[in-house]
Amino acid sequence: MSGPWRAELGRVAAVAWKDLTAERRTRANANAVLFFAVLVLVLFGFAFGPDADALRVAAPGVLWLTVLFSGVLAFNRSYQVELENGAFDVLLLYPGDRRAIFLGKVVANLVFVLLIEALVVPLAALLYGLPLLAALPGLAAVVLLATLGLVTVGTFYGAMASRVRAREVLLPLLLFPIVIPLLVAAVEATTAALAGDPMGEVGAWIRLLIVFDVVFFIACVLAFEHVIEE
Amino acid sequence: MADWSRGAATPGRPPAVEVEALARRFGRRWALRGVDLRVEPGEAVAVLGRNGSGKTTLLRVVATLLRPTRGRVRVAGRDVVREAAAVRERVGLMGHAPGVYDDLTAAENLRFALRMMGRVVDEQRIAAALEAVGLGREADERVRGFSAGMRRRLVLARLRLQQPEILLLDEPYASFDAEGVELLNAFVRETVERGGAALVVTHDLARGEGVLERAFVLDGGRIVQEVQVTGRPGAVREVVP
Repeated sequence: MSGPWRAELGRVAAVAWKDLTAERRTRANANAVLFFAVLVLVLFGFAFGPDADALRVAAPGVLWLTVLFSGVLAFNRSYQVELENGAFDVLLLYPGDRRAIFLGKVVANLVFVLLIEALVVPLAALLYGLPLLAALPGLAAVVLLATLGLVTVGTFYGAMASRVRAREVLLPLLLFPIVIPLLVAAVEATTAALAGDPMGEVGAWIRLLIVFDVVFFIACVLAFEHVIEE
Repeated sequence: MADWSRGAATPGRPPAVEVEALARRFGRRWALRGVDLRVEPGEAVAVLGRNGSGKTTLLRVVATLLRPTRGRVRVAGRDVVREAAAVRERVGLMGHAPGVYDDLTAAENLRFALRMMGRVVDEQRIAAALEAVGLGREADERVRGFSAGMRRRLVLARLRLQQPEILLLDEPYASFDAEGVELLNAFVRETVERGGAALVVTHDLARGEGVLERAFVLDGGRIVQEVQVTGRPGAVREVVP
């Protein structure tokens, strides 16, 4: 690998390491996001009532809405850390490609959201009576791809929202409409995977998730420099 | 240690900072309204002015953190808009806020900074930089417990590791005790003696006396006065509006 590429990868790793180390030490964000996710799952359970079949049918949608809502908290926090002590200015002034900052934050947020999901998905299976083990290989691919897409777009809009005062409100307003295709694909693929994929449709939804991931990853990487300028 | 061809206004060497007819607008309000200034290599220059006079905006444009609305700014001959990446390689910023991470230790903050600069993480250099600013014993303590002055010292340690050609300092004397001020002034002196330069936004010119050589006074987004400071007893009172 050539020098400049290695240096940029070093910066990506440095940003990811810094975010994850700070999070590991405080656990402020992790505890809040996890508690929020559990609360959303339980509240949806109460809202749908005691009908086990209704809960199972609703479960994929509930699961992905829980991940989406929890993700918003994580994406906001990701830039809040930079704004607290004026660190964002220093971060932007380091030499090299500013896209390394974005990619580092994507890696940190991906690890964070996947860890939250590692706890939330089994809990959802328990609460909603889902056959998790039987659906695991297909479901794992869906979770990984849908999370990558969500984290990419969430980290991008988190950067954009971080520059305005009402960022906590602005981020969901920007993010939710954009991730509708991802949400539909994730819910449909999860539903099919949990049902044992009788119609062989999981593959089609996974292809849609891959297209979403590739398109938005490239677009967000290319546009990042422009959205963080004041 | 970096050396940028020692001496002020070396023939053939571009000015450290060159600002021409700079204007910057935020919405309907003009923060800068046609600023011209020049800082030569080997010079430390102060920018003075009341709150809201445009000092910080000027520094942020020079640092590439804000784009000019009109006018041209060049740092070491590089345009801050078209050659922003090259400018960022040459400037080191001490802003209003320290820009350090509370949940990392002092040494980890510096390790992170070196990795972001694309430099080798040299533990001996990190220890020496912390020692030089009086934070040797706090190297492995989290910054969350640091006072404002200790955070400033940590920023100074980061600048010592970076060795930037051009220092951009925004109210650098705030929060520093007398020893901290001396450490900062010594670093500014070292930088200019090696042929670098410093642009220092301050309300407290007295603390930079002996280091800062000229001062520009900003008022309402315009430069209203330019004064030689060094060697002029009473010059501080004369230039502060």
